[in-house]
Amino acid sequence: MTDLTKLKIAEARDLLKKGDISARELTEAYISAVEAADALNAYVAKTPEMALEMADKADAMIKAGGQKGMTGIPVGIKDLFATKGVHTQACSHILDGFKPEYESTVSQKLWDDGAVMLGKLNMDEFAMGSSNETSYYGPVKNPWRAKGSNNDFVPGGSSGGSVASVAGYCAMGATASDTGGSIRQPAAFTGTFGIKPTYGRCSRYGMVAFASSLDQAGTITRDVRDGAIMLESISGFDAKDSTSVDLPVPNFEAALTGDIRGMKIGIPQEYHLAGMPAEIEALWHQGIEWMKAAGAEVVDINLPHTKYALPTYYIVAPAEASSNLARYDGVRYGLRETVEGGGLVDMYEATRAAGFGDEVKRRIMIGTYVLSAGYYDAYYLKAQKVRKLISDDFKRAFEKVDAILTPTAPSAAFAFGEKSDDPIAMYLNDVFTVPASLAGIPGSSVPAGLDANGLPLGLQILGKAWDEETVLKVSGVIEEAAGFTAKPEEWWR
Amino acid sequence: MSNIDKATVAKIARLARIKIEDEKLEPLAGELNNILGWVEQLDEVNTDNIEPMSSVVDAKLRWRADEVTDGDKQQSVLKNAPRGEYGFFAVPKVIE
Repeated sequence: MTDLTKLKIAEARDLLKKGDISARELTEAYISAVEAADALNAYVAKTPEMALEMADKADAMIKAGGQKGMTGIPVGIKDLFATKGVHTQACSHILDGFKPEYESTVSQKLWDDGAVMLGKLNMDEFAMGSSNETSYYGPVKNPWRAKGSNNDFVPGGSSGGSVASVAGYCAMGATASDTGGSIRQPAAFTGTFGIKPTYGRCSRYGMVAFASSLDQAGTITRDVRDGAIMLESISGFDAKDSTSVDLPVPNFEAALTGDIRGMKIGIPQEYHLAGMPAEIEALWHQGIEWMKAAGAEVVDINLPHTKYALPTYYIVAPAEASSNLARYDGVRYGLRETVEGGGLVDMYEATRAAGFGDEVKRRIMIGTYVLSAGYYDAYYLKAQKVRKLISDDFKRAFEKVDAILTPTAPSAAFAFGEKSDDPIAMYLNDVFTVPASLAGIPGSSVPAGLDANGLPLGLQILGKAWDEETVLKVSGVIEEAAGFTAKPEEWWR
Repeated sequence: MSNIDKATVAKIARLARIKIEDEKLEPLAGELNNILGWVEQLDEVNTDNIEPMSSVVDAKLRWRADEVTDGDKQQSVLKNAPRGEYGFFAVPKVIE
């Protein structure tokens, strides 16, 4: 009997269709795998009973001839997607006990297609972090370890639980969200495929808001085809999100033709960072060679405002966060701390002091400051103008090229505590992912190789707005050329 | 430009409604100055005549009919409240 948890979504879909396996069998295998993987700390809430009920519904759907791409596929949901009656806290203490009375559109679309929920996945608190170390529920461990070592590494962030569950065989796919790189960077750190679609492609309804002009849902899967299948399921217009765009959702899987002949691939010169590890440069160069070998034309391009993307992001995102997180006041949901003899404002201040972690507080404070009277123009308005220049850089580049190829992150996964004392060092991890988030364009990270320690490295593909198909197509070619078959040793079982 | 002192941190904390202990104000001032000092490199960029970008979606906001499509959910709305009384959210006394 094959280990069902090693199947990919596309493979399981075909076996389910033929009746060789049932959604229930597949789900039972995953429930056991989730139980056995507590050492990864990927799940903050498990929903095995719901999973079995959903699996039975999926089996009925398949029997009735109504199978869709995600029918019967066991998935994990990042803790910031509202799931009715189930733990939804964005891994913050301040949302203690919150069980929403409604369902996020992204998760509802999965359930409508017959997918199966295994539970809620760990993440950086309110998605603020690049290592999953800011979660109230403790850090997630990367399933990958360096060769010959028992030391643990971070899984990246903020979607640390999403990538660890998929790389660690305790979900076939996972929802994730990207504000500055929270899908692509952790995907690169764990040898998984992550894709963030164009801003507006997936509904933000029912997603715990971090920075609303940047937040976008996406997926983590074990390969590109699975990503295409899952992304298609969660995409589409939703009247409940005013920034959701009313465009038809293409058949993403059909984009995986493997044919990129004649396509123009841009190489941004500003992404050659001083001090970047030679291995990352070498991998990027390898990617360029793969593109040429597949018949694409490689073109040097310039994105002149790249170096200003991170500082822009660290004004825009905290500003929006300080506004979004104002709703956590101890009145309507979650934690409440009162002060003996104190009034309403004391309750607000005590609740927020106890409920938010240090990084979240730091960002709320920065955001409050840059939006405060006398500083708004100098910081926030300035950042919004630079954001326009960054977005224009991409628009100009895409007049010349069809897609852009870069490394996903400037390093492989790092050790716990290595960057957590220095906020700016942590922020620099997102140097290659943040520009595309600011511009709202789609991007992916494809596993492309291992570093000298045996840890995964990823290449990033960026595309024009609404052209996820090209991103997926080029990703597929990289995947094929890289032949990435390395697997983590299953030390957590 | 940025020179955040203890008093400024206390003021920001008050605006943000986060209680910060006195002994934490000074270290926090240091952290905030570091971050703001770093973001101030944006001053190098010439942004004369550049429109600020507030959304990546070009489209204008959609219009919809002004009609009730949802509601009558008092139970649901109060379900997660730390304290609800008589169909309201309950908070510490505001007026003596």
